[in-house]
Amino acid sequence: MATTKRKRATTRADNQASSDDLLKYYRDMLLIRRFEEKAGQLYGMGLIGGFCHLYIGQEAVVVGMQAATSGDDGVVTSYRDHGHMLACGMDSAGVMAELTGREGGYSHGKGGSMHMFSKEKNFYGGHGIVGGQVPLGTGIAFNYKYRGEDKVCLTYLGDGAVNQGQVYESFNMAALWKLPVVYCIENNQYAMGTSTQRHSASPDLYQRGEAYGIPGEQVDGMDVLAVKEAGERAVKHCREGNGPYILELKTYRYRGHSMSDPAKYRTKDELDKMRKEHDPIDMVKKLLIDASILDEDGLKEIDKEVKAEVAKSAEFAQNSPEPNPSELFTDILIEV
Amino acid sequence: MPIEVLMPALSPTMTEGTLAKWNVKEGDTVQSGDVLAEIETDKATMEVEAVDEGKIGKIVVDAGTENVAVNAVIAYILEDDEDASALDNVNPGEAKAAPAPSDEKDSSSDSAPSAPATAAAPVKASGAIERTDNEPRAMSVMNETRDEKSYTKFKTQTVREALRDAMAEEMRTDENVFVMGEEVAQYQGAYKVTQGLLDEFGDRRVVDTPITEYGFTGLGTGAAFMGLRPIVEFMTFNFAMQAIDHIINSASKTLYMSGGQLGCPIVFRGPNGAAARVGAQHSQCYASWYAHCPGLKVVAPYSAADAKGLLKAAIRDPNPIVFLENEILYGQSFEVPDDEDFVLPIGQAKIEREGTDVTIVAFSIMVGKALKAAEKLAEEGISAEVINLRTIRPLDVNTIVRSVMKTNRLVTCEEGWHFAGIGAEIASVIMEHAFDYLDAPVARVTGEDVPMPYAANLEVLALPQDQHIVDAAKAVCYR
Repeated sequence: MATTKRKRATTRADNQASSDDLLKYYRDMLLIRRFEEKAGQLYGMGLIGGFCHLYIGQEAVVVGMQAATSGDDGVVTSYRDHGHMLACGMDSAGVMAELTGREGGYSHGKGGSMHMFSKEKNFYGGHGIVGGQVPLGTGIAFNYKYRGEDKVCLTYLGDGAVNQGQVYESFNMAALWKLPVVYCIENNQYAMGTSTQRHSASPDLYQRGEAYGIPGEQVDGMDVLAVKEAGERAVKHCREGNGPYILELKTYRYRGHSMSDPAKYRTKDELDKMRKEHDPIDMVKKLLIDASILDEDGLKEIDKEVKAEVAKSAEFAQNSPEPNPSELFTDILIEV
Repeated sequence: MPIEVLMPALSPTMTEGTLAKWNVKEGDTVQSGDVLAEIETDKATMEVEAVDEGKIGKIVVDAGTENVAVNAVIAYILEDDEDASALDNVNPGEAKAAPAPSDEKDSSSDSAPSAPATAAAPVKASGAIERTDNEPRAMSVMNETRDEKSYTKFKTQTVREALRDAMAEEMRTDENVFVMGEEVAQYQGAYKVTQGLLDEFGDRRVVDTPITEYGFTGLGTGAAFMGLRPIVEFMTFNFAMQAIDHIINSASKTLYMSGGQLGCPIVFRGPNGAAARVGAQHSQCYASWYAHCPGLKVVAPYSAADAKGLLKAAIRDPNPIVFLENEILYGQSFEVPDDEDFVLPIGQAKIEREGTDVTIVAFSIMVGKALKAAEKLAEEGISAEVINLRTIRPLDVNTIVRSVMKTNRLVTCEEGWHFAGIGAEIASVIMEHAFDYLDAPVARVTGEDVPMPYAANLEVLALPQDQHIVDAAKAVCYR
C-alpha cells in the first residue's frame, strides 16, 4: 500500500462526531492542558524535580488516537507522557503525585515524570531513552499476536526519535511478522532544539516506513477529529491482520522541550500564530459553540470542573508523603 | 484570597533570578496560559505564564529587579468575584519555602531523604550478607546450612544438548516460553544449541530474527512486560553490546521504575568470553558488565548439569536473567541427573572439589582450569578447594566466606579483565566479611589487560591458563 499525504480541513470533519464525543474530547484535552500548566507551576515552585516535558499544544493527538481505539489496546510512549496517561484514563492525582516524587504516585515516587506505568489502563510507559519505546511497543504487539488477542499497540514516538536505528529495526520486524502496531509519530517539529528541517534528510516522516511496505499517512495533529479518523483507519488496518501502520501527526508544542528550555530556536511569531490559529482546544470549542451544543457558560462549567480536578491532584501531590525509606530496596527483583 | 504569582525556578538548581519585564500591568485581565512576565538567569530567559484567570491586582516586584528569590510573590491575581480590597491583607513577605510533604509517620521527611545506611532492610539484591552489628563479620554466615538435592540416575550429555533439553522441557510445560534470535529456527542454531526446537514447537515459538540485536532485544523485553517468557539468544554476547541499552534500561529497571507493576521474565543467553582465534571483537567476557547492575541476575554455568539445571531455573524465574554460556564448553560432556524435576537454584555456588589449604573461586570455563590446577597442586602437596560460582549475581558470598574461613587463602579466576572484574568484587567482599581469616592477600587470575589478539601464540598468552592458577595458589600459600 502506498503512503498518502492527506490534508484534512477541520470543517470537513465536523459532522463526524456526536455532541457527546465533542464534549468528551474538549474535556479530555482541557484536562491535559490544565494539568500540564499546573505541573509547570509546581515545577517552578521546586515541587517537581529533574526533567519535566510538558505536552501543551499536542493534546489533540492522544485524545484523538485514544478515541480511535478500544480501551483494551496498549499504549507506550517516550518521556513526554503525562498527556498519554491522562488520555488512557489514569488518575490525575496519581500522575501528579509521581511528578512530585510521592508515595501516592503511580510508581510510588520511584519513576518520576518520565517513567510511569499502569497495567490496569494498558499504559506501558513512560520511557526515558529516545526511541527505546519503539521496539518495546513492537514487542507488546508481538505479544498480542502470539496470544491471538485482538488488540493493537499504539506506539508513540517524536520526530526526534525517527532517526534512531532501533526504530527501523522495529519497522522491519513489525512488517515482516505483520504485528498489530500503530507507530504514531508526533511531529512537533523540534527534536529538542533542532528543527525537522535540520535533522531529517526527508522531512515527510509518514514515508519512513515505505522501504518496509508500511502504509503511512500525514495527519493534522491539531485537529482531534482528523486524528481520530486517521487513527480508526490505522487501527482497522492492524486488526485485520495487515501489520503495522504509520501516522505522522503534525503538531506543535507550545512550551520548551523541558522546563529549562528557553526555546530560542523558534520565533515568538511562529508560536503565537499556532496558538491563535491552530489551537486544538479552541477548535473544538468553536465547533461546540457553532453547533449550539454548548454556550460560553456551559464551557465555563466544564473549565471549572477540570480546574477543580487539577487543583485536587495538585493538593494530593503535595500532601502525599514521600516514599518510606524502605521503598529504596523494594521492586528491584521479584522474590522467588 | 487573591492568587499569588510566585517567582518560578527554571531548574532545580536555580535559587534566584532577574525579573526582566512585565508583559501585563495592574488591572489587566489574564487567561490561563497568558505570558505575564519574563525572567532571566545567567543561563536563560523564560516566560512566566498565568495558571489561573483573573485580573492583575497588584505587581509586587518591579521589572528590572535582580536577585528575586525563587518562590517569592511577584504579583497577585484577583479572581472573578474579588475587588482590590482583597489585597488589603496580603503580605508578600519572604520567599515561601516549598511546602514540605506531610508525613505523620516519619518526622524526618522534611529534610533530605535519609541515607541508605539507615534503611532497615538488608540489601539482599546485592548478594551482601545480612548480619547484625553485634556479630563478628564472618560468623553470620555460619548459621545457614544448605543441602543440595542428590540424584541417583545420570546420563552423559554435552553442554549443548543440556541447554537444548532445558529449553524444550520448559517450552513443553509453559506455552508462554518462546525462543528468538538469529538462526535459532531453520538453521538449528548458529552453534546448534536450538537443534530440533523448530520441528517440535513450530515457527510461532521458535522465531528467526533479522540481525538486529538492539531491535529484537527491545521487542523481547516488551513481550516480557506482557507476561510472555522470551528466551533471547545472542549469537555471542559480543553482539549484545548493541542491545545492552534494552537489557539495562528497559529489562532491569522497569520493575523498579513502575513501583513493582511491570516485571520482565526474560532470559538473555548465548556464548560469552573467548572462543578460539576469533579476535578482539568476538572474544570478551561480559560478566562484570552485567553483574554491576541491580535488577538483573547473572548466571554462568560450567558443566552440562549446571547448564540444564540453571537454564530451567532461569526460564522459570520472574526476573530478567543474563545467562552467560561458553562456546568452547558446548561440545564437552558431563554427567547430568536423569530426573525430570532436576533444576538448580540460582544464587548458589557449588564446591566442585573440597580442600583445606587454599580456596580457588571460578566460573564458566575457568572452573575446568581451576580443577586442573587443583590436580597439579595436589601433586605438590597443596590441598585446593574449588568453588564453581554458577551464579555471579546474586553472589553466593556465604559459600566463599565459609571456604576462606577454612583455608585462609583465596585465588579468584576469570577470563575477563582485572579492572573492576568479578575477582575485584570477590576480593572486596572477602575483605569485608573475612578479613581476619586471611593469611595472605587475595590473588586474582584474569585475562591480560589487552584486546584479544588473533595470533595463536598471543591468544594463549592473553588468556589465563591452569598454570597461572597453580602459580597464584602457591604464591598465596607462600610456597
